[in-house]
Amino acid sequence: MICMFSWYSYRMGEELEAEKHVNYILSVEKKKNDFESVVMEHIRINGAYWGLTTLDLLGKIGAVDSKDVVSWVLECQHESGGFGGNIGHDPHILYTLSAVQILALFDKINVLDIDKVSNYIVGLQNEDGSFSGDVWGEVDTRFSYIAICSLALLHRLDKINVEKAVKYVVSCKNLDGGFGCTPGAESHAGQIFCCVAALAITGSLHQIDKDLLGWWLCERQDKSGGLNGRPEKLPDVCYSWWVLSSLIMIDRVHWIDKEKLVKYILDCQDKEKGGISDRPNDAVDVFHTYFGVAGMFSFSFKAKSVSHMQQLDFLSSFF
Amino acid sequence: MHGRPRKPPTPEEEKANDIKASKLRALQSQFLQFHHDQIYTKEALEVCAKLVESNPEYIPAWNYRKLAVERIVSQLESDSESDPDAIKAIFREELKVVHFFDQIRKWYILVDFVYIVLLLSGPVWLTERALAKNYKSYGAWYHRKWVLRKGHSSIDRELELLKLFLEQDTRNFHAWNYRRRVLQLRVIITSFHAEIVLFGLSFFFFFSFRFVAPLKNRSDEEELHFTTDMINGNFSNYSAWHNRSVLLSHLLENKVEGYFPKEKVLTEENDLVHQALFTDPYDQSGWFYHLWLLNQMVKIETPLLVYTWPPPGSNLKVSVDGCLDDSLPLSSITSFHLKTGQIPVVLYFSEAVEGVNSSTITLESSLHDTNTELIWSPLSTNNSGRAQAWVTHLSFPEEKFHFSQANPIKVTIGHSEGIKSISGFTLSHPTYFEFIVYLQTTAPHHADLQSLDMITWGDENFHTYEVHPKESSQIKLSDPLKSCDDYGLMAYRWNAETITNEISLFRELLSVTDCKIGKLTLARLLTALDAMISYDKTLESKEVVHFEEVLELYSDLMKLDPPHSQFYKDEHSVVLLQQLTSNPESLLRHCYNYRDPSPSRNICLRLCNLSLSRIGSVEQLLWIQMLDLSHNQLRSVDGLEAMQLLSCLNLSNNKIGNFSALEPLKQLQSLRALNISYNEIGAHSVDTRRYLCSSPLSHTAGSDWNFGEFAIDGIDFTNYWEAFSIFKDLKLTQLEIIGNVVAEEKIKLFLVKVMPALRWLDGVELQ
Ligand SMILES: [Zn+2]
Repeated sequence: MICMFSWYSYRMGEELEAEKHVNYILSVEKKKNDFESVVMEHIRINGAYWGLTTLDLLGKIGAVDSKDVVSWVLECQHESGGFGGNIGHDPHILYTLSAVQILALFDKINVLDIDKVSNYIVGLQNEDGSFSGDVWGEVDTRFSYIAICSLALLHRLDKINVEKAVKYVVSCKNLDGGFGCTPGAESHAGQIFCCVAALAITGSLHQIDKDLLGWWLCERQDKSGGLNGRPEKLPDVCYSWWVLSSLIMIDRVHWIDKEKLVKYILDCQDKEKGGISDRPNDAVDVFHTYFGVAGMFSFSFKAKSVSHMQQLDFLSSFF
Repeated sequence: MHGRPRKPPTPEEEKANDIKASKLRALQSQFLQFHHDQIYTKEALEVCAKLVESNPEYIPAWNYRKLAVERIVSQLESDSESDPDAIKAIFREELKVVHFFDQIRKWYILVDFVYIVLLLSGPVWLTERALAKNYKSYGAWYHRKWVLRKGHSSIDRELELLKLFLEQDTRNFHAWNYRRRVLQLRVIITSFHAEIVLFGLSFFFFFSFRFVAPLKNRSDEEELHFTTDMINGNFSNYSAWHNRSVLLSHLLENKVEGYFPKEKVLTEENDLVHQALFTDPYDQSGWFYHLWLLNQMVKIETPLLVYTWPPPGSNLKVSVDGCLDDSLPLSSITSFHLKTGQIPVVLYFSEAVEGVNSSTITLESSLHDTNTELIWSPLSTNNSGRAQAWVTHLSFPEEKFHFSQANPIKVTIGHSEGIKSISGFTLSHPTYFEFIVYLQTTAPHHADLQSLDMITWGDENFHTYEVHPKESSQIKLSDPLKSCDDYGLMAYRWNAETITNEISLFRELLSVTDCKIGKLTLARLLTALDAMISYDKTLESKEVVHFEEVLELYSDLMKLDPPHSQFYKDEHSVVLLQQLTSNPESLLRHCYNYRDPSPSRNICLRLCNLSLSRIGSVEQLLWIQMLDLSHNQLRSVDGLEAMQLLSCLNLSNNKIGNFSALEPLKQLQSLRALNISYNEIGAHSVDTRRYLCSSPLSHTAGSDWNFGEFAIDGIDFTNYWEAFSIFKDLKLTQLEIIGNVVAEEKIKLFLVKVMPALRWLDGVELQ
């Protein structure tokens, strides 16, 4: 870990303020009465995943009590098998993925009633292969990715109609090579990440025109070094992650300037108090801290063995 | 959080925030209590309304509203007698919009009917309140959709509202998506209506899509005008351009009146997008649309068979012991050394196709029992069952080897339908090709590639190849224009002419600005024109090819736009290889004889030191058996899978970053000597190829792998799963891997175990 950071400081003349980011993440956890925490109350489980993965990447996952986390996560489970964003909240596939990911992070998938969770997800697949987010029926390719990723982590991918699921994702492919949330909807880096990852996990990346999409994606990098989510929009650390990881999955990441991107992410750090923001000198939050750190690590993460990869697939399980 | 400045809050702000936080906290816990206890009183609903107004992302609140609506509606339904006035009032309010719904409500469920009433005065208004706070709240937008789906009476009002929204926030993709949804619903509802008017209620369930199609066309057309307005208001609106491409491709595909012929429409679209591009060439929005238009002009819809190996009309000498005599005057490119008693037959199509099998391909040969079915395999690294190149192997029965006579073989392609592209188009016209095989057994009198010596790639081993005047590299099989009718030919000419005009237009633009996408577009236009010219032998500009200009444009772009220089380099490599292979003379300039100086023997194509970062034009190189690609910048060898004759390959001194990048080589059954020394295998922590190949990660391989059988002294080989997945399928006798981070003793031990046939590793003969 240490040598990795010194590599950056050597290369960039700047450093990832790892220790400060760890402290920032731990401090957010304590400030439960903050306005920001209250506003985020309903997505606390997503926040927990972002924070915990950041700690894990920075080698400080030991700073939290895994028992507490695991039992809190289990308390967020609804009788339907899905998870809510917090204790007593309605279940949604968005929160279910975070729950599964947190448990995978601690290698505790087995505390779950795996069939119950996977049945909840399986039940959300629609006739056309798409997935609803919850009982209220909103359909979005984000949910396709989430379903596929969760089931892959649970080793239950065979329980859904994968062929139809892939077909639906492909039906959302646009003429610019990207993907939208439903058929015909505009390409957007976040949606592209979801669709590319869904196709990656199901071994279907041949459905993508990699050169066409790769060019669209690499043109998201502007002069600042940061990447935007759609043409003529401002760069942002979170979009940088989505574009970056999509480019990695289609083997076109060499089409952007990595050093400039690293510099952009480092420029978005709060060097005093820790944390990373969407753009330089904006307010930091856990979400962008996580995407910033993940972006840095996608340049240096060590390949792991098969068994470990199957447990926690680095790239495609990030969200 | 987006776009909030980083500054510590003042004490006042902190105080205000604390108050806000405790208010919101109280609201949220109060709400959750109502939600859990299923209380839907007026008071509870108002708490919920306040909550979504101040925190529109709070999903449980939206769920609660939906529950509340459903609950109230079912109550109204069950005791509608008790308060007729209330319902009447609600109906009156709603009559003007639901005039046809009351005929169909029995089917449409009474409940839905009443929803409209409640929802219009409540939640829709509510989402407006919430959307005023946060245009990007998924929850709020979906709630609106949900409401609309239940009632959808106020479509015009919705469209009006959306127009206002999009004028304020022209790129809001939630609003654009919602707009598409609203329009879809309008089409469905209107078609219901049409059906009822015509057939009456009893036919109601049988509503067919007969009415949907024309309505959809009309709706698309209207919406196209909407995008025109948005674009004319501001050219920099990618969302509107995108929507335009979706609508227009639908209208063109269905040949809707006014949108045919396609050429007329594309001309108008070119004019529109030029206005945008010339107004601000540095704005990206229009350029992507322009690329789409260009693709519409150059794409050939039906797949074609473009190359084969053996080439049509070629003569092959096949021997069992790897040797040939020189008694027949054969061209270098068509004489073939064969040890295994088999030859591959390769079909190379203009795009990836499926359905290549013994029923779509027939083979006539005196040497073969025509009753035995040939197995055709796709040459691709994915499991889609589709590939651009397909191969089968012809075996020659042992007893026939003594006849040194001409054995003609005829391959017929596509006489029965079934060869299809990914977009569903069938091979455009059936075709066939013939070649002649001479079988022989001759005593060896010189060395050849398949012999037992170790290959060494030093310059001293290569002799300049004397070009035989009669030689030509390949014969182009299909002329795509052959199958064209008059209209097709006219459209084709029109496209070529349009592209020529575009080229001069963009040359003009680039004389006044240095815009990078402009340059890239010019390079793409020139490449497209070259491709068209190569198809159409009658075009006057035939002799004009633009390789040099295109290469120069890409070189310029590398300097002009350094962050994307690798993208331009990849494009540059592809064009450079096109240029090299574009005629036999330039290709043969790169051909050498390995060791044996006699012509037509052991020919090696040497493409070294060309700065290649990517491989292309493989279809021109199907005959190559020895290929030297060393000292380039290759990261990938995609494409090589089609070179079925390849037996010696030098990839040393490139930028191969991981074993999975070698996946295409798994398809090369005749590959014996591979040099991957001095690459970057193991130097990168992220394997960017990993997701593209069959692996445990894509859930396409690995479940049956057993590493246990390779265990040596307890060394754990699971870390080598990528090496394993590549090398287990190769039958190499020689490998150089030195000069890679990964090349330590442990992996060498592993490789020797995985490839029992290996005789030389890093220049050392194995025991
Ligand atoms: Zn962001």
